[in-house]
Amino acid sequence: MKVIGQTWQFENKPVIIGTGTIVGPEEGEGPLANDFDYVYDNIEINEKTWEKAERKLLEDASRKAVEKAGIKEDQLQFFVGGDLMNQIISSSFAARQMGVPYIGVFGACSTSMESLALASMLVDSGGAQYVMAGTASHNCTVEKQFRYPTEYGSQKPPYAQYTITGAGCSVVSDKGDGPAVTYATIGKVVDLGIKDPFNMGAAMAPAAADTITKHFKDTGRQAKDYDLIVTGDLASVGLPIAKDLLQQNDVIMDGTVFADCGLMIYDMEKQKYVNAGGSGCGCSAVVTYGHILKRMRKGELKKVLVVATGALLSPLSYQQGESIPCIAHAVALEMGG
Amino acid sequence: MSGSNQKPKSDITTMSSAEYQTIAKKHEPPRAVLKNCLRAFLVGGLICLIGQCIQRFFMSVFDMSTTEASNPTVAVLIILSVILTSFGVYDKIAQWAGAGSAVPVTGFANSMCSAALEHRAEGLVLGVGASMFKLAGSVIVFGTVAAFIIGIIYAIFGIEGR
Repeated sequence: MKVIGQTWQFENKPVIIGTGTIVGPEEGEGPLANDFDYVYDNIEINEKTWEKAERKLLEDASRKAVEKAGIKEDQLQFFVGGDLMNQIISSSFAARQMGVPYIGVFGACSTSMESLALASMLVDSGGAQYVMAGTASHNCTVEKQFRYPTEYGSQKPPYAQYTITGAGCSVVSDKGDGPAVTYATIGKVVDLGIKDPFNMGAAMAPAAADTITKHFKDTGRQAKDYDLIVTGDLASVGLPIAKDLLQQNDVIMDGTVFADCGLMIYDMEKQKYVNAGGSGCGCSAVVTYGHILKRMRKGELKKVLVVATGALLSPLSYQQGESIPCIAHAVALEMGG
Repeated sequence: MSGSNQKPKSDITTMSSAEYQTIAKKHEPPRAVLKNCLRAFLVGGLICLIGQCIQRFFMSVFDMSTTEASNPTVAVLIILSVILTSFGVYDKIAQWAGAGSAVPVTGFANSMCSAALEHRAEGLVLGVGASMFKLAGSVIVFGTVAAFIIGIIYAIFGIEGR
């Protein structure tokens, strides 16, 4: 493994050999429904509490990923996971059930790519042969912890984002068939003073733009080297801001498709309640592991850069008037080589 | 590595907060203030109209005075709000109505009922009991404080209440 600036270059090309994606009913109404392994028809995920529901999603996704990787659960050497709950309980409790050595991480919604980057580094450096990366989010656990009770009637502003209900896991290995992880750019914490916890897109856009800039600088690549560059999740407000910032920074984004996971998962015309689009740890995880990797395996996409963004706030920090520090981690995925 | 020594014109991380706010503001969809006011007026008015009908009902059927009818009227509105909250409808109405459904007594009932439902998972004492006033608590605290201040003003200026 080479280190260039903020970027790890994985010379042994760790491969994603299996993925598991489980979502809730609202994501099942979106355009990517057929790309997910399982769609629950109830938001309770057949559990008694929201917290158990989120954990169940992660447990299901991990089981599915192991099954599709064609390995046994005891072959897994590490599980790198995290989520949005206080003390990352969803991941830790799911790890209790899995019985695999566990590395808990927190990167808010960037956890999907943070965990994948770490898993790939473990495999690439010879630290393990089979590592699972995974994360989950549930709309109601996040509403309960960060905002108001789920049934409380408060009007959300049009720039608010909707936390998705879903979990995505992947098994990374040193050999096998599937998309390879070639680079990972670890982001810096960026805070340009946005204080409104509803305005996540605007808060996170600078972090995404910074990580994309650094990724190109470190790897010598350009936007046109990728068939698709996705952020997760800047939604309809943050994505245009990121585009503006990149343009200001002379980073040319022509010749690629620059999209956002939060805008892909829902039908933005029909599912108006999502306001600006999806968010949450699970969003970039299920869109990447479900939808994007499927298209890569089909040969529709060869090189993809996934830039997962996270808002590193807590309910306490914004109540105390602090601005929102954000981070973005980028992972390059490549098919056939 | 081509491009590795290309220095970006400005570093995003060192941009000033004020400079960024102007860029961010440009892309922020505005809140539809006029539409929200109209909706709040309609829904808030409708809730009050329903309240008025209930009060008239108590007055004509149970032969109550206006004052006597007000307590059962509020109770009925609270029950209706709690039912709508429990069926998961009230928050959907609120997204449309905004302040129209938040300001009347039904909004107060919704804040308590939703908190009680949400924290039922943490048990009756630490959950429902401790968290029920999580949102409604500040209304009660500042309502009491306001009443206290008004009471003092009355006392000082010798304005006698009934």
